[in-house]
Amino acid sequence: MAQHPAERRSGYLDMSPGTRAMQDDDATNPGMLWVLDGEALWGRKAGAADKACADCHGAGMKGVAARYPRVSDDKLIDLEQRINLCRTGRQKAPALAYESRELLALTAYIGFQSRGLPIEVDETGKTKPFLEAGHAAYHRRQGQLNLACAQCHDERYGARLAGNPIPQGQATGYPIYRLEWQGLGSLQRRLRNCMIGVRAEPYAYGSPELVELELYLMWRARGMKLETPAVRP
Amino acid sequence: MARTIVRVPPKAKKGEIIEIKALVGHVMETGFRHSETGALIPRDIIRTFVCSYNGAEVFRADFHPATAANPLIEFSTIATESGMLEFRWAGDNGFTAEASAPITVE
Repeated sequence: MAQHPAERRSGYLDMSPGTRAMQDDDATNPGMLWVLDGEALWGRKAGAADKACADCHGAGMKGVAARYPRVSDDKLIDLEQRINLCRTGRQKAPALAYESRELLALTAYIGFQSRGLPIEVDETGKTKPFLEAGHAAYHRRQGQLNLACAQCHDERYGARLAGNPIPQGQATGYPIYRLEWQGLGSLQRRLRNCMIGVRAEPYAYGSPELVELELYLMWRARGMKLETPAVRP
Repeated sequence: MARTIVRVPPKAKKGEIIEIKALVGHVMETGFRHSETGALIPRDIIRTFVCSYNGAEVFRADFHPATAANPLIEFSTIATESGMLEFRWAGDNGFTAEASAPITVE
């Protein structure tokens, strides 16, 4: 599979010194508000099974977020879907909605435990066809503007779009605190934003197409360090 | 109660200027936006922030609708004596948040 950016750079490096400082200090990074919420949720019992995440998993989820999305029972799932599988299957609790405060808090808390670790998604065996589908989607032109992800993020990164630098789109810090959003958001939210931007109809939250794209993006950023919760402009 | 993150240096020399950071989770809804159905979204903001140092007010701020969500305040004060710094936010719809952090002055 082709990988265009010769030197991969996190969007962090394209941010202003002020925004970088905001991310670097846990006392100023607003994403930490969600991480603390997630830590509280982790220990709280939920559902008919009256179990908390901590009852099965203890405290340690170090490295887990760096390995998602991954294949489970022949299905590709991202971290959000993994959390919901646990909720419905083990806790017997209703699934959490995408972009809900609770789901973002839990993903941020799990992601935070892998901060600084290299991203290493599987690329063999059962994962391979999903990765190839994600690769194809990334290079497929879509929307009224007829643009593929690769045209901006592989071929024109570093240039400007409406005054803002175009990043390589390395998904190293999700869920991110985006200043434009005034809140935390998932990678799928970001992907849907881009699709709306090229006037395409975005895939629904949790759709296989989005998860395949997530997988390709994580594979593309393999070896880069996870920054969760990152701050982006 | 809303989540808060405060940063106070745990130790300082007497007379030293100390940097303090206080972050609070809040939507800071301006009251100027409309929902998808056209209804005005009511204002919901933090109105005041007060920091007290062993009971004495050392910093106060008023907030207005243009303030970002999850506001972060950075300010400085002079380390005078060991004790507790207390932070209090108050706003619309009865919103309150509190945090505190100890400091040792040598």
